[in-house]
Amino acid sequence: MKRTEITIAVNGRAYHRTVEPRTTLVDFLRDELRLTGTHAGCEHGVCGACSVLLDGEPVRSCLMFAVQADRRQVTTVEGLAPGAGELSILQDAFWETHAMQCGFCTPGMLIAGQALLNRTLDPTRDDIVEAIGGNLCRCTGYQQIIEAIELAARRLRAANAPAEPARP
Amino acid sequence: MKAAEFDYVRAASLDEVCDLLDESGEHKIIAGGQTLVPLMAMRLARPTLLIDIADIAALRFIEADGDEALRIGAATRQVDAERSALVRAHLPLLAKALRWVGHPQTRNRGTIGGSIAAADPSAEIPLVAVTLEAHATARSKDGDATLALADFFHGPMMTALQPDQCLTEIRFPIWSGRVGSGFHEVSARASDFALVAACAQVTLDPQGVCTRLAAALGGVGAAPVRVRAPEALVGRMLGDDAVVRAVAAIDGEIAPEDDQHVGADYRRRVARVLLARAIIEARDEALRTS
Repeated sequence: MKRTEITIAVNGRAYHRTVEPRTTLVDFLRDELRLTGTHAGCEHGVCGACSVLLDGEPVRSCLMFAVQADRRQVTTVEGLAPGAGELSILQDAFWETHAMQCGFCTPGMLIAGQALLNRTLDPTRDDIVEAIGGNLCRCTGYQQIIEAIELAARRLRAANAPAEPARP
Repeated sequence: MKAAEFDYVRAASLDEVCDLLDESGEHKIIAGGQTLVPLMAMRLARPTLLIDIADIAALRFIEADGDEALRIGAATRQVDAERSALVRAHLPLLAKALRWVGHPQTRNRGTIGGSIAAADPSAEIPLVAVTLEAHATARSKDGDATLALADFFHGPMMTALQPDQCLTEIRFPIWSGRVGSGFHEVSARASDFALVAACAQVTLDPQGVCTRLAAALGGVGAAPVRVRAPEALVGRMLGDDAVVRAVAAIDGEIAPEDDQHVGADYRRRVARVLLARAIIEARDEALRTS
């Protein structure tokens, strides 16, 4: 079978590789690029652990082949943090509300949550439930994950609020 | 869960797609891949060549054809139809159904035409297409063919589409007058496959008498079923009791089966309840329009 040349921008850096067409995007990220933050769970689109942002929108990286992502932009969980050793506001909120236990679903939950917060800083609880509706978590019962996304939304809204007027 | 080997071509044009489909071999079109890739991962599908139509912009559009129909390009993503003001205004039934299709991550990739070509018996988009008697256009080297979606779905993954044909657009009729629609579904989880799905669309006259009704069910057989018994309501007021009685008569038109999720009897009961709810929701929506 013919190998195919692709260029994918992952977390802002362009990677040029030659791949077998049957290599899924999640295997490409993990095995070729050694970006192992994205988790391979069920590998047929049910669990959501492999979620990444494709051109800014959340998708399953096990449900597409790397060749389909040629010339596209991918953001993985590694791309959410502002810098090495730092946490994004959403990641920090996950930590604070204990929105994880074993951590296997966490990269997918963070991607789904971040995708929602990129669209709105004022999500309803239903919006949050809908956004993470395709992601399975067997530890938390989801409540702390919903709380974390609510907390991050509150903080992001406050960060964007106009400054208090100066006192006379 | 790894797909078998295959070759891959990103087609630049519909002509190239038709040329490739005309060659012999197990050639499959991939658009969003949200049904096909799981089948390939489980090796239930083993195409030797995948023809990617993602670069063909001519297959992505949503356009009103006057006030007669809404034309949706086959490779239009489900999320784009879900967010489309045209779909919300002219095809509220499709807008409602799209909320139930997979979940946000799959709707960002999955396409309208892909869902129809894949023909999952519990899929929502084929159900809406059967309810509204939509038509599809399929292109091959021999030219364009028009396919009535009312008798397009033969069974799981089996349709009237020929191996050398590529879906190019779906044409959904727009109803005029006091129109209302309803969509109801039961599934194990919000994003899971439908155990049963029901949809209905009605038109009422100024007095509230039903002048037109279409109803269909998914998950109760090998393909979506347009049920005719509730059409006895045409010419009458759609009181709750009348709707429930009319829906009780659908039993002979559906043939649900037991599977690992639920039994056939459960599906029959849920089908009646959901369809009554869908018709009542459609009635209430139509009553709110003048």
